[in-house]
Amino acid sequence: MPASSLSEPAADTPVLAVEGLHITVNGGRTEAVRDISFTVRAGEAVGLVGESGSGKTLTCRSVLGALPPGVQVSAGTATLADRGGGSTDLTGLDRRGWERLRGVRLGAVFQDPASYLNPSLTVGRQLAEPLMVRQGLSRAAAHRRAVDLFTAVGLHRPAEVYHRYPHELSGGMLQRVLIAVAVSGDPELLVADEATTALDTVVQAEVLDLLGRLRSERGLALLLVSHDLAVVAEVCDRIVVLYAGEVVEEGPTEQVLAAPAHPYTEALLRVASLGDWSRRELAVIPGRPPEAGRAPTGCRFADRCAHARPECRDGVVELRSAGEGRRSRCVRLEALHLSGTVLQEVSA
Amino acid sequence: MSTAESAAGSAAEGTALLEIDALSVAYGRRGGRPGQQILEEVSLRARAGEILGVIGETGSGKTTLARAVVGLAPVTGGRITVDGAEITGLRGRALREFRRTGRIQYLFQDPLRSLDPDLTVGALVAEPLAVTGTGSREQRAERAAEALHRVGLDPGLAERLPGQLSGGQRQRVSLARAVVTRPRLLLADEPVSALDASNRNHVLRLFDRLRTELDVAVVVISHDLSSLAGIADRIAVLYRGRLVEQGPTAEVLTHPLHPYTALLTASAPSVRREHRIPPGRLRRQEAAPEWALEGAGGCGFAARCVFADDACRAAPAVEARPGAREVACHHADTWRGRLSSPELAVVAVGR
Repeated sequence: MPASSLSEPAADTPVLAVEGLHITVNGGRTEAVRDISFTVRAGEAVGLVGESGSGKTLTCRSVLGALPPGVQVSAGTATLADRGGGSTDLTGLDRRGWERLRGVRLGAVFQDPASYLNPSLTVGRQLAEPLMVRQGLSRAAAHRRAVDLFTAVGLHRPAEVYHRYPHELSGGMLQRVLIAVAVSGDPELLVADEATTALDTVVQAEVLDLLGRLRSERGLALLLVSHDLAVVAEVCDRIVVLYAGEVVEEGPTEQVLAAPAHPYTEALLRVASLGDWSRRELAVIPGRPPEAGRAPTGCRFADRCAHARPECRDGVVELRSAGEGRRSRCVRLEALHLSGTVLQEVSA
Repeated sequence: MSTAESAAGSAAEGTALLEIDALSVAYGRRGGRPGQQILEEVSLRARAGEILGVIGETGSGKTTLARAVVGLAPVTGGRITVDGAEITGLRGRALREFRRTGRIQYLFQDPLRSLDPDLTVGALVAEPLAVTGTGSREQRAERAAEALHRVGLDPGLAERLPGQLSGGQRQRVSLARAVVTRPRLLLADEPVSALDASNRNHVLRLFDRLRTELDVAVVVISHDLSSLAGIADRIAVLYRGRLVEQGPTAEVLTHPLHPYTALLTASAPSVRREHRIPPGRLRRQEAAPEWALEGAGGCGFAARCVFADDACRAAPAVEARPGAREVACHHADTWRGRLSSPELAVVAVGR
């Protein structure tokens, strides 16, 4: 029960609390996500990291009510708190319920911005229309608010951008438009699913800065999903590392990077984009993650782990405390001295 | 052309296997219409056994550069020579015959879409040999098995179809297919961008090993600076069709001479957070000068450059710098000093 075991003051009630989430695929035959729990508080940025198949996308899609056919939440809850003190269990929502929530209390941005916009309407209209429908603004007021939002997301010449069609804008500009759409209803939570993966390096850094700024200015809770540990490290206060459908480690970003509490995190750190510009032997993680439903008994990472011992395969490994605010799913945690990366701020 | 001369001067040691001299490419040029200029007088060299990394954003012309080398882009000026043979003049039959020699191999970004889904791995890897009628069926199968072994794939995979392989394995099949003809030059366009971090490193390590084993010149186009830095000897940075900087990898990335390279390295996400310069300081906040937006000559980066001034109305020439480096910027020697100036400091605090 991570949400309640953290003895936080009541004002720090999480905006999103995912508890014991299980997700099945293949119409319920295969379990792809097992017992995932984490929280995101107001103004906090939490990152979900893992390779493809780790369950990070399924987890994120279940929070957005956008699971594909044949995939369902089989157990657990995902609770979204609102500013009034009430809360909603997202796993029990029907279509109507989702419609009331999406774009209002919950915003989302994805990897390919162009496919979420109508190519035959100007981007301004696509932002203004929901404002008119949801917030009852007049056409003129919606136009003004849309231009304000375009300004807020750092689009140059926002009044001109309003009249542009999606094909006239670059990928980075489109992603800013979608971020404007996502925050237009002043949501409590913004979910970014690989939102910067397809962008050029320079634009990616700008969009990550924008997300960070929106978070501090609006007190937005941010759930960032990425396969790239470096991206998550840039933005997030806390990191949740997923492997083969399970949380293997969770903790504050700086601590996790400086001293990982799970061998998988250590391996991810070694292969991540280190910002190391020297010629070197590039690290790899041997083997492949197990397919959904074919995970071995015991530790699911054991087959690829440099520190594995026979006892790792004995039985289900539970997620347990690894110090203040940290959790790990490694039986050998106390015996290991995992190496992290040195965080150093070097000024210009 | 001063561009060509300075490039020749800096890469003098050893003969270059790939020589690109003042290459210009334009699409849609017909009759009197100027067409769209994609590359402008780009000069590059790569020696056998060397890895040249090419970086740049979408639209910088890096893919066009690679395509021009295999005769797939409309060259409007300049010269490309590979292993002593000039490519730029080749047309029709002569070009086809040169391609069949397999001296140049091109590796695409997405192996799933560039590998025939109905052919087995063994047939795919042997195909470049079959096309040219090299050896008997048995000899080809033998060389295919050898190529698979070279890229670290189990020869047992030869019976599988591409759809039955993982992304990393598929890219290694593409690589096996490329090396089976014993090429002199390997061009790889974003070979690892579709792969996760571990597989990405795995494939890049193969490039690193193959260039020594096969003494092949390798050009890798990538936007992932950090992993490219692990294997590339030299880095060339393109911006809007022009070479803005090139030189030895570590020097270019740790001490960039061009403000665009500096912006790139500062923007690269890093778990270490040891950027020398905060990226906000290198992003232009104020509106670009009108002349820079018109695109009427001038420095191509001026519209986004913090340091742009009237001097940048004239396009900067590529100039040689000590340590086999080149840069095309009027302020290459002075911009770093201006970073600490008060007006820029205000901008940085504002971010």
